[in-house]
Amino acid sequence: MTNRYAITALVENRPGVLNRVVSIFRRPGLNLDSLTVGRTDRPEVSRMTMVLEGTNADAQHVKRELNRLIHVITVEDMNGTPYVTRDLALIKVRATPETKSEILQMCGHYRARVVDAAESSIVIEVVGEEPEIEGLAGLLKPFGIIEMVRAGVVAMGRAENILDTHRERSSWALQRFALEKAS
Amino acid sequence: MELSGAEIVWECLIREGVDLVFGYPGGAILPTYDTLSSYPQIHHVLTRHEQGAAHMADGYARATGRVGVAMATSGPGATNLVTGLATAMLDSSPVVCITGQVPTSVIGHNAFQEADITGVTLPITKHNYLVTSVEELAFSIREAFYIARSGRPGPVLIDLPKDVQTARTEFHYPTDEIRLPGYQPVPTAPEEKINRARTLIRSAERPVILAGRGVLLSGAVAELREFAERTETPVGLTLLGKGCFPEDHPLCLGMMGMHGTGEANHTVQEADLLLAFGMRFDDRVTGNLATYAPKARKIHIDIDPSEIDKNVEVEVGIAGDLRQTLTDLLAGLEPIEHGDWIKRITRWRDESEERELLNQVLTSPQLKAAEVVHDLWTLTGGNAITVTDVGQHQMWVAQYYAHSPEHALITSGGMGTMGFGLPGGIGAAMGRPGDEVWVVVGDGGFQMTLAELATAVQEQVKVNIALINNGYLGMVRQWQELFYEKRYNATPMVSPDFCALAAAYGIPAVRVSERSQIEAAVRRAQDHTAGPFLIEFVVEQHDVVFPMVPAGSDLHDMIRRPINGPGREKEIQS
Ligand SMILES: Cc1ncc(C[n+]2csc(CCOP(=O)(O)OP(=O)(O)O)c2C)c(N)n1
Ligand SMILES: [Mg+2]
Repeated sequence: MTNRYAITALVENRPGVLNRVVSIFRRPGLNLDSLTVGRTDRPEVSRMTMVLEGTNADAQHVKRELNRLIHVITVEDMNGTPYVTRDLALIKVRATPETKSEILQMCGHYRARVVDAAESSIVIEVVGEEPEIEGLAGLLKPFGIIEMVRAGVVAMGRAENILDTHRERSSWALQRFALEKAS
Repeated sequence: MELSGAEIVWECLIREGVDLVFGYPGGAILPTYDTLSSYPQIHHVLTRHEQGAAHMADGYARATGRVGVAMATSGPGATNLVTGLATAMLDSSPVVCITGQVPTSVIGHNAFQEADITGVTLPITKHNYLVTSVEELAFSIREAFYIARSGRPGPVLIDLPKDVQTARTEFHYPTDEIRLPGYQPVPTAPEEKINRARTLIRSAERPVILAGRGVLLSGAVAELREFAERTETPVGLTLLGKGCFPEDHPLCLGMMGMHGTGEANHTVQEADLLLAFGMRFDDRVTGNLATYAPKARKIHIDIDPSEIDKNVEVEVGIAGDLRQTLTDLLAGLEPIEHGDWIKRITRWRDESEERELLNQVLTSPQLKAAEVVHDLWTLTGGNAITVTDVGQHQMWVAQYYAHSPEHALITSGGMGTMGFGLPGGIGAAMGRPGDEVWVVVGDGGFQMTLAELATAVQEQVKVNIALINNGYLGMVRQWQELFYEKRYNATPMVSPDFCALAAAYGIPAVRVSERSQIEAAVRRAQDHTAGPFLIEFVVEQHDVVFPMVPAGSDLHDMIRRPINGPGREKEIQS
């Protein structure tokens, strides 16, 4: 049975790490539905959120193999723990003077906002869980979506479900990072 | 002290304890080779192919436990290492490969002899490095050796652009602790799991130990024996585990799996507790997973957490150092007896004895490879390092040569790389110059890397080569005979006159086609101490390795050697 699995990982911020991570999905032909990478509050550590469409065995395989990578610090499979997810989308949609107010009304329901307005189109920014984004996109479709881009899902455990348990150990990494930047 | 990147390479290798490098030069690695003569502490072995260099480094590593080092140029030199890296990876062998690379300014431009070797080797190395500045170099080399040899060992590649080799920097070898926050080479086994394992062990009636190479790597040979004896538990071996438990021990079942003994496979299938020690449930060991050890609860101890629950789900999975974990398990474990279980196993063993080729009166006069290996074992007193290639002869070495911890089997198990034998054996012999080394190869695999004969001659390496010539890609022919209705497509093989070939390399050689000639030939080889010696054994062409569990079949579903007669013409009973 296939499902969606959100897997988060803390990785060292070094060249080639993303390639290694993605290879783990590629090798058995798994589909990486969404992938985000970004810095954390510590410059030497990046955080990734991966959404896998697959079986539980696939998710376990990915977790095991990610843990083998030297530059992967921690891996967590979010399923089974309470967590929040967010995605962000920009949607450029046809808008005429007649349709504009209807579109804006819909945006209101989704707490979306207009970030660019031109003569015949507007760009809408919406933030939320994936179903919300897909919901708004569905409503906008009849007006004519010109283009759409999504940032990808980011996830974080709620309350004391903490991925970054290595913080204390990390001062050295900062030194190493500074050293490499200087060289 | 200001040094060039090239000099830093050698300085670092020396500090990592390296005195032997197997390699092959070329443009992109020339600056490093250019400084080689300033470092007389390092002996460089010029191979005849980079694959040979990688296998030699691997064979050296397996024979000594130290890190083997191979060096090659960029592009084709680097890609020629690939098979060797994959071989080392699947058998957890600590190898460091250093490759030249085109200058950083043209990486990605398809420059002359540019290959993205870190990209190519990403999935077949434990880790790899593209060093982009000379300041990083010493850090990377030190990390590479640490990663290669720590925890579950494996190969590491360092790709070194030409301009990094010529750039200069102040050299200090880092001495502080290596910090890799995501790398925990030796996980600590939680006490609670050890207690649970002990409870399962106490309640088991039909336990069996599955002992793999992890026993040898963690130095747990004595602990394994103590455990087996104290709990009266029989021990099955994996191919790479051969040597970790005395094969003449009453509790030893021999090898398990596709070509394992009948008693080992039946014991696993009937057991109520599997104790997997430093092994990884390879499909060649388990057969059909759906019917594997169906009555058994399972305890798995391995240093690599990713192996736990990977192929076989277990009741207790312990990630940790095997020696330490066995020591902890043994503390507080009282002697246990399993007399009835052992009696049952004895009956399976008796059946194997009855079917054993060497116990039968043979009607065909043709020399059997099994006889060759058996006699080699007795003539060397079991005190030789055996290095094999891949195929039927490899399985016969596993079946008919009893190994010991000091003289464990060296073979490409996980990858099954034909061509490993000769270079692997040269590497092993150079790592253990005082030991007797026998390389057992087939006529097929030998021809894949026989160019390394010249390396053995140039380096005056004392290796004995036992070439098992059956005129076929024998193992493939066996599959064709058993599963493809004897359509022998692409397996009969015409070969050169191997003795004349050896002579062309200046290597003395003899041809043996009768059992009575074996002893004299082996003694001649042993007496020839000046360099390699080759014996061509002309053996029965249509022999089959028994028992055999067909790929994907249930482990107890073995094709056995028929009782009476050499059996080649008779019906095969299952
Ligand atoms: C590089 C490589 N190519 C192909 C194979 C498939 N293969 C496995 S055993 C074998 C036959 C080996 O023949 P030979 O070296 O003569 O040994 P024998 O089985 O006859 O003892 C082949 C082709 C392999 N293992 N490795
Ligand atoms: Mg052959």
